[in-house]
Amino acid sequence: MTSELTRGSVLRKRLRYGGVARNYQLYIMSLPGIVYLVLFRYIPIAGAQLAFKKFIARAGIWGSPWVGFQHFQKFFDSYQFSKLLGNTLILSVMQLVWSFPIPILLALMLNQMNNQRFRKVSQTILYAPYFISTVVLVGMLQVFFSVNIGIFNNMLAALGFARIEFLSDPSMFRPLYIFSGIWQSMGYNSIIYLAALTSVSPDLHEAAVVDGATKAQRILHIDLPSILPTVVIMLILSVGRMMTIGFEKAYLMQNARNLGTAEIISTFVYKIGIQQAQYEYATAIDLFNSIINLLLMTSVNYMARRVGETSLW
Amino acid sequence: MQTAHTRNATRRTRNDRIFDIANICLMCVLLFIVVYPLYFIVIASFSDPTLIHQGKVSFIPQGITFEGYQKIFANSKLWIGYRNSLYYTLVGTSINVVLTFLTAYPLSRKDMKGRGVLMFFYTFAMIFSGGMIPTYMNVRSLHLINTVWALVLPGAILIYNLIIARTFFVQTIPNELLEASLIDGCSNWKFFLRVVLPLSPTLVAILILFYGVNHWNQYFEAMLYMSDSKKYPLQTVLRGILLQNEALVQSSYDDDPLRLQRIADQIKYGVIILGSAPLLMLYPFLQKYFVKGLMIGSVKG
Repeated sequence: MTSELTRGSVLRKRLRYGGVARNYQLYIMSLPGIVYLVLFRYIPIAGAQLAFKKFIARAGIWGSPWVGFQHFQKFFDSYQFSKLLGNTLILSVMQLVWSFPIPILLALMLNQMNNQRFRKVSQTILYAPYFISTVVLVGMLQVFFSVNIGIFNNMLAALGFARIEFLSDPSMFRPLYIFSGIWQSMGYNSIIYLAALTSVSPDLHEAAVVDGATKAQRILHIDLPSILPTVVIMLILSVGRMMTIGFEKAYLMQNARNLGTAEIISTFVYKIGIQQAQYEYATAIDLFNSIINLLLMTSVNYMARRVGETSLW
Repeated sequence: MQTAHTRNATRRTRNDRIFDIANICLMCVLLFIVVYPLYFIVIASFSDPTLIHQGKVSFIPQGITFEGYQKIFANSKLWIGYRNSLYYTLVGTSINVVLTFLTAYPLSRKDMKGRGVLMFFYTFAMIFSGGMIPTYMNVRSLHLINTVWALVLPGAILIYNLIIARTFFVQTIPNELLEASLIDGCSNWKFFLRVVLPLSPTLVAILILFYGVNHWNQYFEAMLYMSDSKKYPLQTVLRGILLQNEALVQSSYDDDPLRLQRIADQIKYGVIILGSAPLLMLYPFLQKYFVKGLMIGSVKG
């Protein structure tokens, strides 16, 4: 009994004071991760200094001479600047407005399903498109919306309307982008809200039923307020990711005729940087994008902390 | 005589019934919207392409023909892509899981000094990156271009998954267990191997899934780092067939060009199915791990 006590207190002391030396194995364990972090995350972050340099291949990134904000100035002065920023912002804001609320509604609907089997099957079906790759999704868009063979145009034609060039019409790029995104991920994104809903206390619902509340009223006054913290966190995350809007899908959906709306900052960076090898210029544009993104994320997080008690960090 | 209370109750149940019916109807509409495109692709892949072209195929396959599939199976490109993707996914996911375990466990230990600083560096790397070009130049200067490592190492740890793993350890490994083991002279390394690992099969499943799906559907990295067409992963091959209209069929002089185009269209449907089938068929069995992973991810850790 006494020996156990002393052993416990000795241990606690060791846990508290002998930290670094005693836990050396934990540091060895962390080592591969730290090497990865430096080699593949922080060296590229340091490499972003390229945005302020004139790249000379022989000298490397570190040895190349500084040129200040020249590349940023070039970007701000170029005729593409307002178009790219506009396209990126409009696409991401529209995406947020349209695809953020739908998973919440879907979760509320699924939560009200009385038949457990129907609910399970619905969930499995609704989550499935998430596992389709971007390449295949864009391939599906092409076969469904093609002018000649797409079923949408076949339907339009059968109803006596003119066929629409969905894929090359610049005004169709955003709707296609956003609705295919909703189709693909509304189910998957509802999982988190559904999980939050299962933790709502059934007592609240029972009490409300006794007081004569209908289902619609219970959703509005019990379910919705209970998942509000989750909604706020997801909103922060979505706003924070706004400027990182999917490069892959936009790039794959692009063609010569829809670039007016489909060219966004990340696809432009790829073309300028990788295809045309203007490394410094592309890095500057990309860095501008990342910094806006960082500012967005921290300010939304700050606001959320001020307004409510929920925040990411 | 009906009291006000029971009248209210009957009105309520009637209201609720209407709500339920509306809810189920709306859900059925949504299910149709999700299922129909997939269903259509399945039937279109073995229907007569001319009839599809005329809009005569909508719910029932018409003029069944497997010519498209025959052409696909006769071509080796897709299978090379399959093999490559399988290899990249296996190598990549193994590295991911091992590294994420090794990194996340120490970060879950409250008695490890410096874990706050370390966690800050990981979190910062999640919300800020060097960008496409410095990343590309880094991979190039490490001479990883056209090797499997270019696809696998830059994303060896995804920070979001790291946070999931750390939260999982905090939640499932009781502190008492650690204290008891340390008293008995167990080293940290032994504790990790003998206690933590056996308690974490769920986490292994979650990580394999999250990372595995990522690798299988990965496309952009291959576009950046792979120029040798023999090393193309499946998604790159699919892009060629679906989006760049690379012909799988060699045309000869006596072929009707219209018919060739129709077969090329049918091949697209077949390729979409063969490309997505593995994940779509596996996922219903693994669904619960996805849900679990997302739930852990939503807990602030």
